[in-house]
Amino acid sequence: MMGFETAGYQLLPVLPELVLAVGGMVLLMIGAYRGAQTTALITALGIGLLVVTGAIELLLPSGKLVTFGGSFIVDDFARFLKILALIGSAATLILSAEFLADQSRRLFEYSILVLLSTLGMMVLISAGDLIMLYLGLELMSLALYVVAASNRENAKSTEAGLKYFVLGALSSGMLLYGASLIYGFTGTVSFAGIAAAAREGSIGIVFGLVFLLAGLCFKVSAVPFHMWTPDVYEGAPTPVTAFFASAPKVAALAVFTRVTLTAFPGILTQWQQIVVFVSIASMVLGSFAAIGQSNIKRLMAYSSIGHMGFALVGLAAGTVEGAQGVLVYIAIYVAMTLGSFAIILAMKRDGRPIENIADFAGLSRTNPLLAFLFAMLLFSLAGIPPLAGFFAKFYVFVAAIKAGLFTLAVVGVLASVVGSYYYLAIIKVMYFEEPLPKLDPMRVELSTVLAVAGIFNILFFVYPGPLVSAAAAAAKSLF
Amino acid sequence: MTTWPILSVVTFLPAVGALLVYFLARGNDEAANRNARWIALWSTVVTFAVSLILVMRFEPAQPDFQFVEKAPWLANAITYHMGVDGISLPFVILTTALMPFCIVASWKAITVRVGEYMMAFLILETLMVGTFSALDLVLFYLFFEGGLIPMFLIIGVWGGPRRVYASFKFFLYTLLGSVLMLLAIMALYWNAGTTDIPTLMHTAVPRSLQTWAWLAFFASFAVKMPMWPVHTWLPDAHVEAPTAGSVILAAILLKMGGYGFLRFSLPMFPDASHDFAPLIFTLSTIAIVYTSLVALMQEDIKKLIAYSSVAHMGFVTMGIFAGTTQGVAGGVFQMVSHGIVSGALFLCVGIVYDRMHTREIAAYGGLVNRMPLYALVFMVFTMANVGLPGTSGFVGEFMTLIGTFKVSIPTATVATLGVILSAGYALWLYRKVIFGGLVKPSLMSIKDLTWRESLTLMPLVALTILFGVYPKPVLDMSAASVQQLVNNYASAVTAVKAAALLP
Repeated sequence: MMGFETAGYQLLPVLPELVLAVGGMVLLMIGAYRGAQTTALITALGIGLLVVTGAIELLLPSGKLVTFGGSFIVDDFARFLKILALIGSAATLILSAEFLADQSRRLFEYSILVLLSTLGMMVLISAGDLIMLYLGLELMSLALYVVAASNRENAKSTEAGLKYFVLGALSSGMLLYGASLIYGFTGTVSFAGIAAAAREGSIGIVFGLVFLLAGLCFKVSAVPFHMWTPDVYEGAPTPVTAFFASAPKVAALAVFTRVTLTAFPGILTQWQQIVVFVSIASMVLGSFAAIGQSNIKRLMAYSSIGHMGFALVGLAAGTVEGAQGVLVYIAIYVAMTLGSFAIILAMKRDGRPIENIADFAGLSRTNPLLAFLFAMLLFSLAGIPPLAGFFAKFYVFVAAIKAGLFTLAVVGVLASVVGSYYYLAIIKVMYFEEPLPKLDPMRVELSTVLAVAGIFNILFFVYPGPLVSAAAAAAKSLF
Repeated sequence: MTTWPILSVVTFLPAVGALLVYFLARGNDEAANRNARWIALWSTVVTFAVSLILVMRFEPAQPDFQFVEKAPWLANAITYHMGVDGISLPFVILTTALMPFCIVASWKAITVRVGEYMMAFLILETLMVGTFSALDLVLFYLFFEGGLIPMFLIIGVWGGPRRVYASFKFFLYTLLGSVLMLLAIMALYWNAGTTDIPTLMHTAVPRSLQTWAWLAFFASFAVKMPMWPVHTWLPDAHVEAPTAGSVILAAILLKMGGYGFLRFSLPMFPDASHDFAPLIFTLSTIAIVYTSLVALMQEDIKKLIAYSSVAHMGFVTMGIFAGTTQGVAGGVFQMVSHGIVSGALFLCVGIVYDRMHTREIAAYGGLVNRMPLYALVFMVFTMANVGLPGTSGFVGEFMTLIGTFKVSIPTATVATLGVILSAGYALWLYRKVIFGGLVKPSLMSIKDLTWRESLTLMPLVALTILFGVYPKPVLDMSAASVQQLVNNYASAVTAVKAAALLP
């Protein structure tokens, strides 16, 4: 690999990011010079670019690669989550085809923003110090703010974008403040350096940690920094909501895990109580607040708050098993979420999207296969075996039990029972009520995403080995 | 001895049947419905036939697990491990034997979404057989909880007027109990490093963990059983479920609770079981007396039978936790017998319900005048429900009472009251429905059993009486495993007592 370096730094580890960045710029040029009629082409090329990026990521030499003086790390953990984020982004672009085909919109920038946001996620996932973390986070978030408002004619979408931006800026501020405190008290920004300096938590470091975690909680939409989620989910165009619910969650949870486990292993007891509180609050609020929702997108927002709570159960354990649990959880969560949103996008009657849960009545008779797959996804989200969602919960709770966090585990499973109520309520509407007129036929790209997600979800129990062992390897690389 | 995975075949054959229904019985026309019914019937009959091979090749003298299959699954310590012993085999056979009856009972009663109905039942059969033959805790949980999904849909889609309420109550109640058990399973996993049931049976569990794990398993099985005071979902679920759903619920799903106590609570947490036995005795006697009294006040036939089920399950829990050979063997027998009898009673109710579309006791009377055959069949099952000697109901109740008498005389005495009370409500029901003058105009044209209905009920009548006078087949099948269970339990309890006596 001669010559593949700059200013003495290896560039091979960042090759996927470079490809994605350059590719994104090229696509931007195509769009800028050829105009809005290239939207479909750019989307297709964007999906291809994501696939190529993923392939390069997998072809990188194995083991731990570090560059830029330790601020960029490629290990199994990063590989696992990057692939997951790329899958989430690619699926989003596929799901967006219909939204982008609308003649009145034709936003070629949309796909490019998704690509740039994905680039931010990949940087975030590989971040080895606080500077890189912030760079990745902002690149991801700035693109997301714009995408949220991409339905320009719609007041709700604009409101969602603005709300997300203002609150996101606030949380970035908190995160920066925390980072500066940590830097001030440890004298370093690299995670390894912080870990060495923070063997015993001084009040200053803990203070900084609290602010840092507050900023990260905002990004994973964990209670008490969840307020933006329902409004943004409801207001943003549905494909964008699908995006918010999948790939950025992967990246945010990844950095959450990496920061806590690699930068602050010495003061585990300090951050553990924070994570336990956030986790319990998210699970409980997600379960109870979703009960009263009548809009499916708002309901999915509360559901994702709850799911982040469950994923954090694994992190709270602070062990290899816990990290493995988080990884399994987020992987299965992405599959379930993408499948659910493929269905929500397919819910159209006479060309108009339906978002009201009451309008799903009798779906099992008008569209039996769709209703069946949705029911299975909902049972899976509720964590009922033998569906994939059960295994997700199983691994995080197994870790919590091993770490002796019994209160957290008991509250968690009880919250999951409460949570299953609102999933059942949707199934009730689809299965037990009298049918409304048939839905419009499903677009082929939606049914493809749904088929993949649905089969993964239903048949995961047959052969769970590969995902579980990949997650185990990824989790080990953090310790 | 076996070269093919016979147990897995029995377990997953119904699921294959469900796939066939999906592919071969599409559409909503009459032809598709007919196909769905026949495919479902053949799947269940073939499954039953294959399960009989299990009985033939089963060695009753051998107390350990047989037909064992093992394959890697989740992790090194969590495997796909199947097998049956003398305690689980009767339930496997009970399940496969009753399913064809359920399909036939739904032949005419279910007219909408027949294909989906049959698929739900076939999937449910897979999950039930799997529950009884799983030898890994996580696998067991998978089957145990998975059963909620089809049952939820069966009650909610094909049920009565209050079906939504009943299905939600059933689902949430059961789930609430089970998630606590899941946490206990995880704690056992970290304690022993495996979730393999045979290994766990021989792993000592620390005393404090035993107590908590016992309570967590109890939360799940007590709801499933159901024991007083967490039985309230059962009457609702029974009343609203379609006939075949009630049959499965009473005959098989309730047995999962008793099976769980036998398979997990007693062998894995013997000390805790011994400590908590008085609690179980108290709850069981309350269940027996209280729910029998409640049954006396019912106006709905299905609800009355549902409450009587709770009372009968009280005998089972009492017998199991007595920890004596008679008590445990009686518990197993009582469950098998109750599976046949209560299933048959719900089929009987379904027969008059199909004709009159009401389950109100007050709407009937004098049926003997127009339905002599029905009156006879209903009489047999009523007597079995009462526990009349000569019927299978007697054997189980008598054995559990003997077994408990050796351990706790007050419990056995109060429980015996239940036998009298059960005679009260069962005979009262019989008199109201069957005897008296045929005065209600709506009943004037009611028809006696059709050949199809007779075909479903006659084998059950035969079994009820056969097991009443000759209970040996069931008792022999389970004897060796029960004896081993009781011996292990007794030695574990004595060891603790001896340790406590040491200075």
